[in-house]
Amino acid sequence: MPADYKELKKDREQSWREELRKKLNAKERTKIERIKMPERPPQVRNKDFNEVPRGLSPEQARGEACRCLDCPTPTCISGCPVNINIPGFIKEIERGDFLQAAVVLKKTNALPAICGRVCPQESQCESQCIYTRMQKRPVAIGALERFSADFERVSGKISVPQIAASNHIKVAVVGSGPAGLTVAGEMAKWGYDVTLFEALHEYGGVLVYGIPEFRLPKEIVRTEISILEKMGVHFVKNFIVGKSATFEDLKKEGFKAFFIASGAGLPTFMKIPGENLINVYSSNEYLTRVNLMKAFRFPEYDTPIIRGKNVAVIGGGNTAMDSVRTSLRLGAKRAMIIYRRSENEMPARIEEIHHAKEEGVEFFTLNNPLEYYGDANGRVTQVKVQKMELGDPDESGRRKPKPMVGSEYIIDVDTVVVGIGTSPNPLIPQALPQLEVTKWKTVVVNEKTMQTSIPGIFAGGDIVRGGATVILAMGDGKVAADNMHKYLQGQ
Amino acid sequence: MHKIIEKEILSENVIKLVIESKSISVARRAGQFVIVKIGEKGERIPLTIADADAEKGTITLIVQRVGVSSHKLSLLDKGDSVTDLVGPLGRATEIEKVGTVIAAGGGVGIAPLYPIAKALKEAGNRLITVLAARNRSLIILEKEMGVFADEVVVMTDDGSYGRKGLVTHGIEEVIQREKVDLCVAIGPAIMMKFVSLLTQKHNIHTIASLNTIMVDGTGMCGACRISVGGQTKFVCVDGPEFDAHKVDFDEMLKRLNAYKEAEQTAYSEYLKTLK
Repeated sequence: MPADYKELKKDREQSWREELRKKLNAKERTKIERIKMPERPPQVRNKDFNEVPRGLSPEQARGEACRCLDCPTPTCISGCPVNINIPGFIKEIERGDFLQAAVVLKKTNALPAICGRVCPQESQCESQCIYTRMQKRPVAIGALERFSADFERVSGKISVPQIAASNHIKVAVVGSGPAGLTVAGEMAKWGYDVTLFEALHEYGGVLVYGIPEFRLPKEIVRTEISILEKMGVHFVKNFIVGKSATFEDLKKEGFKAFFIASGAGLPTFMKIPGENLINVYSSNEYLTRVNLMKAFRFPEYDTPIIRGKNVAVIGGGNTAMDSVRTSLRLGAKRAMIIYRRSENEMPARIEEIHHAKEEGVEFFTLNNPLEYYGDANGRVTQVKVQKMELGDPDESGRRKPKPMVGSEYIIDVDTVVVGIGTSPNPLIPQALPQLEVTKWKTVVVNEKTMQTSIPGIFAGGDIVRGGATVILAMGDGKVAADNMHKYLQGQ
Repeated sequence: MHKIIEKEILSENVIKLVIESKSISVARRAGQFVIVKIGEKGERIPLTIADADAEKGTITLIVQRVGVSSHKLSLLDKGDSVTDLVGPLGRATEIEKVGTVIAAGGGVGIAPLYPIAKALKEAGNRLITVLAARNRSLIILEKEMGVFADEVVVMTDDGSYGRKGLVTHGIEEVIQREKVDLCVAIGPAIMMKFVSLLTQKHNIHTIASLNTIMVDGTGMCGACRISVGGQTKFVCVDGPEFDAHKVDFDEMLKRLNAYKEAEQTAYSEYLKTLK
């Protein structure tokens, strides 16, 4: 969705903004060093599940906010999938109105406390910041976003968006991850009667089963859910649309439109020998046991997990980083990332790679697993890896890794976590045979409207993208909600 | 929350629960399962639906106490509620008229076999059920199966009831005597393995319903993965039923032991708290 630049200009021309700009000149502003987010020491934090970054103090936040030049054409906004009015909220911080900063954020982003923590800002908003063109480090937009949202949450004055009068039109949202939460919030604002269906026993999707507590405290997710509850959204858990009831059943109950955001729920394995040995996990299973089922507190909680001493995590994305850092917190002596490309090609956020290294994770980049070996009980004991070198760029634009013949060697392991990606959950396509899917089984949508091949059924997030980020899922949700609204009003 | 409407103790360690769930009772088909979780700290465990009453809006689960979670479930009484219940999950059994069918159940596996056997009979098959367990007290649903089955063979390891011998002995006798077109086997993995080896010898198509470890039950985690014909399959979304002759039961048996030690320790600690 393109940003509304007229609106932004009007906002920028408010007298308080003009005065604020005059307080410091650009030279003075650019002289300020970028704030470094305070973090808990690596050797302390890698033993528990508490959050790693501590957040900014009000003084630190105001100092960082002063760095923002309040550009007439704020390029940062074009880097944001939901077009947050970035200078708008940063200048509220600079003048000390932290609650208002949260209000500005929430105009376009329903989940700022979450995005401030998990968005890859370095490749989005911050990559477009004017500072990068001056060869300086960009404004810490992510840290400031987190600051405003956290300030509002702990203030107890959390704002609930205004709701239009009920239009009594029932819409169903399938899946309570970031895409589903976004659609539910948007549709509720416009007065729709929204029901959010969740397959698991807790709401939040990947935000609760996938992303660990040390990166995203679950209390934050619960707060966001409680706001949607206050907005009148109905929540139904332990309910699998297509299984517990069919789409037809729900239509008979009066649902007029659907948004499918069932996520990328099928882990990918490499199809190499030994992958079904015990103690070889998918990252989905490993993280779900720990995050959702609290297996790190077994036997107080009933779900067990293997606490490996030598853990190899396969992959270079955020999920792989989450898994390897989790293994340290479960007591691993040696926690390893095995990734077939080099660090430059890693899809993980730079901050997560950095955190992992600080905490003692060993990186075996340009290494690829070929086979796992196990003992008589079927437990994994070793992995055979092959060294790789980078060749020409492939279709993703990243340099393609090529195996180095004869470079194979063995690493002793007692736990392996395969975090190389997921493919879409098959339950929805199974339940809707007429739904058009790609050869990768992702749901086909019109990119402008997010409508599927079936009128009135929209989709977004990983079920469409195959594996992306929280913010892209939310962007999909925005577009889908807009178009669902148009669709329902046109009827 | 789902209320327990009825509870019956079938044997020392096996109980039957009739639980309220309108949507599952209507949607479920023979062969499908649910995931149950007891309490906030509970584990998600898969249980095959033994029966359902769409009019009353109830489903029947038969549970054997084998660890902390099943024990907790077995202690719930009529009027209590199950914290979390989701389903129906998995693919339903493909019910067809094929001729003569042996439905073989081992121990508590007789429970999930019941709706499948019933549906196979209703589809017009000649149905012989072979029910097997260690001893008399573990034979369940014999009377219920007898209502529709053409024949019910009962086998016990110790000979305390029916005929003495393993489930495979009972099946083999039937095979010797008449042409069998399909065998459905549900029970402990080791029992299904040996039934599969036997029917393979006689070239009888055999379906096994697998009871692997699961977490979400919707395809998300892969804890339940097994090898079928050399390919990795997920029991929760590709199954739970597979062509038994293609299943790598040895791998499955190992995977079932993934948490055995930790679970046994936790169970004995838990049992101490009950005293």
